[in-house]
Amino acid sequence: MIDMKEKKSVIDSSIQRTYKLQAKDVKVYYGDFMAIKGVSMDIKANKVTAFIGPSGCGKSTFLRLFNRMNDYVDNFRMEGQINIDGKDIYDKNINVELLRKQVGMVFQKPNPFPKSIYENVAYGLKIQGIKDKTFLKERVEESLKQVALWDEVKEDLNKSALALSGGQQQRLCIARTLAVEPSIILMDEPTSALDPISTAKIEELIYNLKEKYTIVIVTHNMQQASRISDNTAFFYMGELVEYDKTNKIFTHPSKKQTENYITGRFG
Amino acid sequence: MVNLDEHRDLLKHSGLEMFSLCRKQLNKARKAFLNHDHDLAEEVIHTENRVNSLDLKIDRDCERFIALHNPVAVDLRFVLALRKINFDLERIGDHAYGISKYIVEIDTPVDAELQESLQFVHMYEAALSMLDDITVAFKEEDATMARKVFKKDKLLNKINFESFGVIAEAVKKDASKIDQYLLLFSVIKKIERVGDLITNIAEEIIFYMEAEVLKHAKKKVANKS
Repeated sequence: MIDMKEKKSVIDSSIQRTYKLQAKDVKVYYGDFMAIKGVSMDIKANKVTAFIGPSGCGKSTFLRLFNRMNDYVDNFRMEGQINIDGKDIYDKNINVELLRKQVGMVFQKPNPFPKSIYENVAYGLKIQGIKDKTFLKERVEESLKQVALWDEVKEDLNKSALALSGGQQQRLCIARTLAVEPSIILMDEPTSALDPISTAKIEELIYNLKEKYTIVIVTHNMQQASRISDNTAFFYMGELVEYDKTNKIFTHPSKKQTENYITGRFG
Repeated sequence: MVNLDEHRDLLKHSGLEMFSLCRKQLNKARKAFLNHDHDLAEEVIHTENRVNSLDLKIDRDCERFIALHNPVAVDLRFVLALRKINFDLERIGDHAYGISKYIVEIDTPVDAELQESLQFVHMYEAALSMLDDITVAFKEEDATMARKVFKKDKLLNKINFESFGVIAEAVKKDASKIDQYLLLFSVIKKIERVGDLITNIAEEIIFYMEAEVLKHAKKKVANKS
């Protein structure tokens, strides 16, 4: 069995910390436009944290900072600090590819590769140079089991991933993320393209995954945020308006702006 | 399809209707008791059906509100508070009904001197005044007004406490009227319970307005006011 943790690691998760992710006075600019206006927040390990807010409030931009996805955006500039397990991930010595191995991402629309189910899950491991077939097979099975897809596809692992339903494809994408053993999973509206049954499956999965992973999810669905998250952050016009326990946010938020948003009175 | 704000307004309107109906019932029960008016007592008994059906309607509407709008924060607190307020008001209606049943069942009017020494007039006045304050608090969404009733409830508790001694004395003087005395004691207990239910309603209004839970912390609040 190959211990992938043996490979160089960008972040050291061996130390038990209260906060997995920390943002310190983060400002993001796209050219002259200031998309994030000085946000500081600490995200706890093994918890589900939901980001909510109207379109254009900066929640997805903020989420993508944690695996440096914004680096590809033209004119992107960031000030402040983002720490994962106490380490500044915007430090110039950081290996971004390794960072993304440890900080997985699931997108709004399922985006399986036009390959077989097996190849999709094994892809991340193969590009890391892992060739041990037994290990790959085990890891594929384990990952598919983690997302409760194994029983549905075990007979058809060579079938094209594109032949799966939308909900199955999204679970496959999560399995692909899990296969490389990240410690953080970022999800950007992972169920917005899915029907209620597939959504329920993904939500149950998120609930089960938090035992092992730290999950940050962007959602427009208020009920989803209240159902699955431990903590909720409300963003508005690039600012973090309120960040608290989900119970508190959805029963008696401290800020009127938050209350107006979650009760559907603006946004 | 009704939107959330409209649905909330409708619920509040029904809540105010329940307040008004229960106040009328309590006031009629008061008049019937003080004047030994059988006809008025019968009217209270017959109107009890209306209280019950309005109670069921509000419960049903609250359920629909939750199912259709998935309320959160202030909207959720509103509907949770309204359900409990509705329950408490229905219980106030039950007490008015219970008092009226006694009036119908006993033939002889209550001895005027005893009625005076048991302070029935004061008790009723305090209970109705509390109900008026709490109705305004609900209508205007005024937590300060809701807090007023805690102080008034103390008067009801005091009269209730003193009634033990008065009734004990009365029994010593004339034990043959013990049935009537026990019945009077029951009426006092019912009015005292009305006071408690009104303070519960006040707690619910404060919960709805300020998200502060006062349940089981009444004494502290009463001392503050």
